[in-house]
Amino acid sequence: MSGWLDTIIQGVLLGGLYALFAMGLSLIFGVMRLVNIAHGDLIVLAAYLALVVVNATGLNPLAALAICVPAMFLIGYVLQRGLLNFTLGGDILPPLLVTFGLSIIIQNALLQGFSADPRALRLGGFETESFHLGAGIAVGYLPLLVLGVAIALAFALELLFARIPLGRAFRATSDDPEAAQLMGVNDRHVYGLAMGIALGIVAVAAVFYGIRTTFAPTDGPDRLLFAFEAVIIGGLGSFWGTLAGGIVLGVAQTVGFRLDPGWGVLTGHLAFLVVLLFRPTGLFPRTRG
Amino acid sequence: MLSTHDLTAFYGDFQALFGIDLEVDAGEIVAIIGANGAGKSTLLKAITGLVPTHSEAVRFMGEAIGGRPAHRILSLGVAMVPEGRRLFPSLTVEENLQLGAYRKRAGPWTLERVYDLFPALREKRRMPSTALSGGQQQMAAIGRALMANPKLLICDEMSLGLAPIVIKSVYDVLPAVVAQGISLLIVEQDVGLAMRVSQRLYCLQEGRVALAGRSQALSREQVSVAYFGI
Amino acid sequence: MSFTVQRATLASRIGAAVAIPLLIALATLPWWGESSWMRTFVEFACLLTLAQMWNLLAGYGGVVSIGQQAFLGLGAYALFVLADHAGVNPFLCVPIAGVIAALIALPTSKVVFRLRGGYFAVGTWVVAEVYRLLIANASFLGGGSGKSLAAVRPFSKSVRESVTFWMALAAVVSAIGLTYLLLRARHGLALTAIRDSERAAASQGIDVDATKLWVYLASAGGSGVAGALYYLNTVRVSPDAAFNVGWTAYIIFIVVIGGIGTIEGPILGTLIFFLLRETLADYGSVYLIVLGAVAVLVMVRFPRGLWGYVQQRFDLRFFPVQRRVRLDAPAGDAPQ
Repeated sequence: MSGWLDTIIQGVLLGGLYALFAMGLSLIFGVMRLVNIAHGDLIVLAAYLALVVVNATGLNPLAALAICVPAMFLIGYVLQRGLLNFTLGGDILPPLLVTFGLSIIIQNALLQGFSADPRALRLGGFETESFHLGAGIAVGYLPLLVLGVAIALAFALELLFARIPLGRAFRATSDDPEAAQLMGVNDRHVYGLAMGIALGIVAVAAVFYGIRTTFAPTDGPDRLLFAFEAVIIGGLGSFWGTLAGGIVLGVAQTVGFRLDPGWGVLTGHLAFLVVLLFRPTGLFPRTRG
Repeated sequence: MLSTHDLTAFYGDFQALFGIDLEVDAGEIVAIIGANGAGKSTLLKAITGLVPTHSEAVRFMGEAIGGRPAHRILSLGVAMVPEGRRLFPSLTVEENLQLGAYRKRAGPWTLERVYDLFPALREKRRMPSTALSGGQQQMAAIGRALMANPKLLICDEMSLGLAPIVIKSVYDVLPAVVAQGISLLIVEQDVGLAMRVSQRLYCLQEGRVALAGRSQALSREQVSVAYFGI
Repeated sequence: MSFTVQRATLASRIGAAVAIPLLIALATLPWWGESSWMRTFVEFACLLTLAQMWNLLAGYGGVVSIGQQAFLGLGAYALFVLADHAGVNPFLCVPIAGVIAALIALPTSKVVFRLRGGYFAVGTWVVAEVYRLLIANASFLGGGSGKSLAAVRPFSKSVRESVTFWMALAAVVSAIGLTYLLLRARHGLALTAIRDSERAAASQGIDVDATKLWVYLASAGGSGVAGALYYLNTVRVSPDAAFNVGWTAYIIFIVVIGGIGTIEGPILGTLIFFLLRETLADYGSVYLIVLGAVAVLVMVRFPRGLWGYVQQRFDLRFFPVQRRVRLDAPAGDAPQ
């Protein structure tokens, strides 16, 4: 019995990481309904960025966030205003294709620059420390921290959307970009900020990802799929939903893995498809108007 | 305050406006009438920056503003109550009003002031904007535009879809708005209403000004001829 | 006022005059060409077939899928299973693989069509991953490391290569030909209507859902055939190779760069793809970066692709699918 409890607890903790992957994607879906195929590759890019910063400055990876988050924010803003803004406007093909192109470019550029060898970010041992809950269940400090950050982020994003003027601007622009412009909202700039914030979150996710496991240039697509599944399972329009979706995905994967080591990822995909078949709007969707 | 000079506008290759000249002076209420397709919406879009036009074609408070993006024009003091209200469904009534003040322009209009003008909105402030009746939505849309503390308020087809008694209550509010020092440019389907409410009016027909003059001085017949282009 | 509906253009007549001898020359390649040429052509033909199928789905049907590699892989594995485990003639397996892929596409569509737009696209990718993982976990199918095609061993190398070559030629000509015929017919108009506006098309009595389903199934079948042919050519398959999302990346870039929504576009795109791959072969994965960058550039500046641009500027159509109304000049006739 404790074996299954352990599996579920580890699944919840894994879900925290998946929720981190998914938060940025959820934000972008919510503000501009853009499906960014390169999202996973941007996570990997941010991990390599953190690696470069760590090697250049000797900072530990978490401290390197002070540089990585603003850097990724800037990259996101420029990417949105310089390229992705021109793909928005109704037709789904342009943003899909351009972000697909970006995905291929990033993967192969990283391959050229860093080779296919897996890399890791090190925290000097903290990454393996854990405490015991009794009954043989060990809870790692790092995964717990990740879950905590995911919860804090969900809370912060909900607050952002609900309370502050920028959050209102996000929701208004998502509803009706033209009417928002008439109210003085610069939609080009708002989209840029949204992508900037999303990539800032990606930087956080990337550092924890790089500490928790090794990473390589071609890891992007799988991260995208997990992030996407977490958002859809949780339901569009709600960051708490995304958190829940990540946790459901994490648990599905650990349960599957326990049944058979080859099944981990597959069970996650199947859980996604099941939700799609029986609750297509997700588990906790927020209906909009 | 606002003037257009030989304003032309295109949708791709299609020309919608052929050299419109109009003026709105400070403290005035000016109406624009015309049949569907005459170019009224396009004219408003050109003024508010949603449709591109030549820089000198639109002047506001002495500045050439033609072709500037819509959000910049709002900052200068031109606010619009859009056709069909276009309140934001994801926002509550109060949030819609707050969004009107996004640019934080200085002026007398605050949330409290808007609620004083439209008491019905105060009760429903925390409800989603979709929960309002048609007339209340129109009032919320006006309130949202007022929150931008504009110098010129543009109202596009406010009577659309509203019962006559509701239309009256909406238009009854306008004198209070003008008294605060805001000029009005109104597009109206209801010709009689437009003539009653405004000091001057323009009639558009197929992208051109077919008639212009003081509302009191124009005869119904003149207006019919200009409206239908017979 | 009388009129005729004109289909052919000068370009199409010239094109036909050039293409037919070319095809005849190609058909005789096994007798005068080298092995490597035939193998490269099979690759080319498979990629072009896949591109036409994706173009049919997205460019004409308005359905953007990034999971067609599912049917490519299923077609490939259908070949290997039927040939090695059921003893069916491997060459016969190729068309059967297409049918199997189309059959599996039916329940697949029930799941993926729950989503719309960009979400649908990623959903199709997830489904492809599910198929990949299911097969990778099946040890009798060779598991993660794949398997070789034992059933071709009785055939001599030249027989195997020639027959594969001819089948590939037949497949790509059929894919282009059938797409062309489909678009010329009533169904082609229906597809274009759906792509432009689903609601308007439905109001004209077009059964939008049924039409999209048929296109999805046809595209899956064609992709299955291409997958079977490709791995018949390489004689070895693995899940990571057959179900790789990279297939979709190549196909999308080919169609976008060549010209989406045209039949000539994918042909041009595949040629450009092979050209890039051969000229940049020494630089590792740089050709993919260039491909991606060109695709992004084309999408932003020439959304209708290179052929679409040419078509618009010069009105050049080798595969005329549009209809032109030509008014007959009533010389001297009294008006009706």
